[in-house]
Amino acid sequence: MHTKTYDLWQSDLIRAAAKDSILKLNPRALWRNPVMLIVEMVSAFSTVIAVYDLFTGGDFRLNIQISIWLWFTVLFSTFSEALAEGRGRAQAESLRQARSEAMANRLLGDGSLEPVYALDLRKGDLVQIGDGETIPSDGEIVDGVALVDESAITGESAPVVREPGGSMVGVTGGTRVISGLIKARITANPGETFLDQMIAMVESAKRQKTPNERALEMLLVGMTLMFGVVVIMLVPVAGYMNVSLSIPILMALLVCLMPTTIGGLLPAIGIAGMERLLRSNVISLSGKAVEAAGNVDVVLMDKTGTITLGNRMATEFIPAEGVRIDDLAEAAMLSSLADTTPEGRSIVELSKSVLGIRGRDIRPEEGSAFLPFSAETRMSGINLEGREIRKGASDAIEELMKSYACNVPEDIRAAAEGIAREGGTPLLVAEGSRVLGAIRLKDVLKEGIKERLSNLRKVGIRSVMITGDNSTTAAAIAAEAGIDDFIGQARPEAKLEAIRRYQNEGHMVAMIGDGTNDAPALAQADVAVAMNAGTQAAREAANMVDLDSNPAKLLDIVEIGKQILITRGALTTFSVANDVSKYFTILPAMFAYSYPMLNVLNVMQLSTPTSAVLATVIFNALIIPLLIPLALRGVRYTPSSAEDLLRRNMLIYGVGGLIVPFVGIKLMDILVVLLHLV
Amino acid sequence: MLVELAHVAIIAACLAVAVFYGRYMARVFNGDSNLLTPIIRPVEKIIYRLCGIDEQREMSWKNYLLMLICFEVLGIAFFFMLLMLQGVLPLNPQGLGSFRWDTALNTAFSFVTNTEWQVYSGERDMSYLSQILGVIVQDFLSPAVGLACSVALIRGFVRKNFDTIGNFWVDVTRIVFYIILPLALILAFAIASQGVIQNMNPYVTAKTLEGAEQLIPGGPAAGLIAMQIVCEDGGGFFNVNAVHPFETPTPLSYAFEMCIMLLVPASMCFAFGEMIRNRKIGWALFGAMLALYLLSSPFYLYPEFQGNPILEKLGVAGGMNLEGKEMRFTLFEDMIWTLTSMCPANGSTLVQHDSVLPLSFMGILWNIVVGAPIFGCWGEGIITMLYYFILAMFLGGLMTGRSPEMAGKKIEPREIILAAVSLLSSSLPTLVFTGIAISLPLALAGLNNYGPHGLMEIFYNYASICVNNGSPAAGLTTNTPFYNLTIVVGMAIGRYSTMFTALAIAGSLAKKKIIPMTAATLPVTSPFFIILVVGTVIIVNALQFFPIMMLGPILEHLFMQLGRTF
Repeated sequence: MHTKTYDLWQSDLIRAAAKDSILKLNPRALWRNPVMLIVEMVSAFSTVIAVYDLFTGGDFRLNIQISIWLWFTVLFSTFSEALAEGRGRAQAESLRQARSEAMANRLLGDGSLEPVYALDLRKGDLVQIGDGETIPSDGEIVDGVALVDESAITGESAPVVREPGGSMVGVTGGTRVISGLIKARITANPGETFLDQMIAMVESAKRQKTPNERALEMLLVGMTLMFGVVVIMLVPVAGYMNVSLSIPILMALLVCLMPTTIGGLLPAIGIAGMERLLRSNVISLSGKAVEAAGNVDVVLMDKTGTITLGNRMATEFIPAEGVRIDDLAEAAMLSSLADTTPEGRSIVELSKSVLGIRGRDIRPEEGSAFLPFSAETRMSGINLEGREIRKGASDAIEELMKSYACNVPEDIRAAAEGIAREGGTPLLVAEGSRVLGAIRLKDVLKEGIKERLSNLRKVGIRSVMITGDNSTTAAAIAAEAGIDDFIGQARPEAKLEAIRRYQNEGHMVAMIGDGTNDAPALAQADVAVAMNAGTQAAREAANMVDLDSNPAKLLDIVEIGKQILITRGALTTFSVANDVSKYFTILPAMFAYSYPMLNVLNVMQLSTPTSAVLATVIFNALIIPLLIPLALRGVRYTPSSAEDLLRRNMLIYGVGGLIVPFVGIKLMDILVVLLHLV
Repeated sequence: MLVELAHVAIIAACLAVAVFYGRYMARVFNGDSNLLTPIIRPVEKIIYRLCGIDEQREMSWKNYLLMLICFEVLGIAFFFMLLMLQGVLPLNPQGLGSFRWDTALNTAFSFVTNTEWQVYSGERDMSYLSQILGVIVQDFLSPAVGLACSVALIRGFVRKNFDTIGNFWVDVTRIVFYIILPLALILAFAIASQGVIQNMNPYVTAKTLEGAEQLIPGGPAAGLIAMQIVCEDGGGFFNVNAVHPFETPTPLSYAFEMCIMLLVPASMCFAFGEMIRNRKIGWALFGAMLALYLLSSPFYLYPEFQGNPILEKLGVAGGMNLEGKEMRFTLFEDMIWTLTSMCPANGSTLVQHDSVLPLSFMGILWNIVVGAPIFGCWGEGIITMLYYFILAMFLGGLMTGRSPEMAGKKIEPREIILAAVSLLSSSLPTLVFTGIAISLPLALAGLNNYGPHGLMEIFYNYASICVNNGSPAAGLTTNTPFYNLTIVVGMAIGRYSTMFTALAIAGSLAKKKIIPMTAATLPVTSPFFIILVVGTVIIVNALQFFPIMMLGPILEHLFMQLGRTF
């Protein structure tokens, strides 16, 4: 898989984000992030008090510093959001760029061509695209075959073939036809293409919050209210204890206790997740689906193209008794020389390696006659120099032998049955009336599929293979690849039925599909990934589109989905754990003038009550930008059991969250005193 | 050492019984036949017929809640009228007068909400009739209602694609007949055998050795005390509660009473495991409760054994703080009783809470504000612990990259918000009422102490009623309209927020499918998850109450070190 990497701190992105972050301070924009809206209100209030102090002789110097840092707390949060948005937009823009200036040739009803701007194309328009032209918008090929360079979108330099009918009909706007002439029907109106939808997902204002995000936000608002009550109630309590409290310090306490770290970074985490998805060339049409991907526990996948390479390959020759393996190999090779199917070519390859012929171009002698594979005979072969070599399925060869009044030798019959039992396909080779032996044709697993499937299992996802093969074959491949379950001899409806069944059992099902008859199943699945090369029906039924058309991408999607959740959970834990230390700094400081014995709670030995308050506020603000890289990159996720993940994240973010602020606030305190800020 | 070991043995015995008792309770809740079916089933049937209850008809959560509200309103109205008319009603040999309206309302709410906050003195203000028809009836009805709600919530977890969560009337009837009455009967006989009185006689006047006159009360104490211990009322037949020699006459009665305090709350964990057919989950719930119980114990023991430096300087009692302790038992026994009775909000006391050392006072306060999840009172304990499980599961689910699910049920925003609302609606009113009371001269007038200790008393008062604990700190005169009415509000919010959310969550959970476990599911039985739950309970409460703890007991402790008291 090819991913494009961006420098996290690209300076133009930073500059744009800095500008945006100030615009986002507008309460109407901040409305979508209630925790930070409250911090903004508190900052404004605190500033007013500080200014009032200037005229009435209060502690202006401290209070204005507190207010400034409270403002920075909000600003750092909006900055993180703006930065995530900026990066997402840059990612999407780079995909869109190619298309915006493009021209297109629209096919009119009378067959004539009319040049139009790509942006003016509507759904249903027919366009003609020739050599070297850019495909103007998302569409489906209705006529012609083309070699398309999709590197603008996928980053993959090898061009791909796109043709009508079947599962390779989709073309994406912004890609380029290298050769061929195609007619395509446009499938999206301007502003509705997948890319446009994706761009909306990385723009905060248009982004739909996912259920978990909403729940977390409600919880954070609840905590904020809780701390609001705690802090407000300190006023009468302090009054009773004959202590007068400074309002900016109370505000500082409130903001420090509020979950500002997670509250501030929450939008950025969601946007950054979508951006990471985009970077791995998956366009998600709903944030909910990405989150659901983290919950998926059953994955349905087609055998061909996902688990195995598209074709079967010859892997072994089994000679009959009394036949030398070289003879069998030679006969097999000769019979396959004219066979251009991948199976045929793989037999030639295998024969060459058995016979020790390297790289030489072997041609059959003049005068030899090929018999191509036909549905009636179900055999192919060659006649040369009086030799009649045939190769075919075992029952076809058996028929042939009967015509010679011979039998297939017992050992070969047994070998053929063995091959079938193990999930392979046996081919028999005969010369005249003599059976030379059997060839084992086998499905070859895609490289790395076993590891990926075992990683899926580690994160609790069952893989289910769907294939048209009979159960024996399917079982053998499933066993080899490490698939948990399979559905053999599957009819097109089988996928939909299987998804419904799993869902009724309470599973969350992901499905990868490309064909038109996958569409109902895709629509039913909780997470549906359509191949970009697939049909329009499939792409519309899905909630994600994989631009690389690489079915193994599902694991990446699952990981990104989980990563978003983990990052939110880890930062929430961190944020809450931080509060413990803040109590130990601000509270003793607030009461230390009246009750000096409370200094025993000043466990960090902070210099003065005012330096303690200021150091805590500064730490609380600075921790947000320090955690931006983590929020944008996501917490590291390695496929492992839930318990391991919990232990790891609790130790790092829970225990770490308890310790880090003690150190950080102490450092800030030293700095504050060194710089004579108080 | 022997005393300490004996206590460990008592508590261990209680918990061992709980494992099996929980299974029995599960059978009762499920309506399966059990040990007592042959005896009780006929009575149960008669009651259903008399009341026109259709045993088979189940209710949706809204109907269940509606029935519950009707039941509670009737209960409060009846008890209120009983107290208002006490002076003219029979069974009143002492000729006690009627209650003032605010005291009557407070008392009625207090017993119906299972708070058992008492602003009156049992033997001085309440007639036998009020004790029997009011206190005793509510003593078993109010915990039965609480338990019924928790059973409904458990059904929410157990059922799939269901619209109903049980029948309120059937649940309450079964709990009263199969659980409360048998337990109370056993305990009543056990403690009566130890010398707890049970009569209907007028009070006896005795002459003490010094020649003073003392009024020795009578009354149906054994029955009432058994009920009060079983049902976590702890109200006490006598004003001085368990300290009274008629309440806890012997060490054996002490052991019986303490053992039975934790029994039902602990058994509910196992009943949950049994009903959901996963005993491990029962152990997980129980483990979390036990861990919190054990974590609180040092607060109770360490400061008391350290003693009071002021007394030490004066050379009194070896520095031991013995004020307000029951000297028939050891310091250790007194403090363990206190811990054990605070956990299930039992509130039965051997110790004058107001007189313990500041840091042990913080321990008691801690148990009050944390409230139910440390065993807790009937129903509320398990419900609240389940809420903390839900919150911890949300956090744990996020940290493991999955939408939270618990025992196969998907936890969605609705459940999380309801759980959080319920948890906050007992703690936030505590803070708000404390804040209000502490700034009103009207309320401060009732305060007998000042400084951090006075703050603590007011805080204790509201914390205790908002979590429906009902234990009083003394040192604060609360029988005034201001306190009586704010306390009614606090009790109502604390109690009904838990019930409402429990039924609402039960309703939405019952409708859901059950998700099969996979390697990515975070099991609630995982030790790390239980640590997370315990941590959540501690952090959530510590963050809310640290400021007030600092200004109260911690400050008082620091003052005490300097030789100053309040």
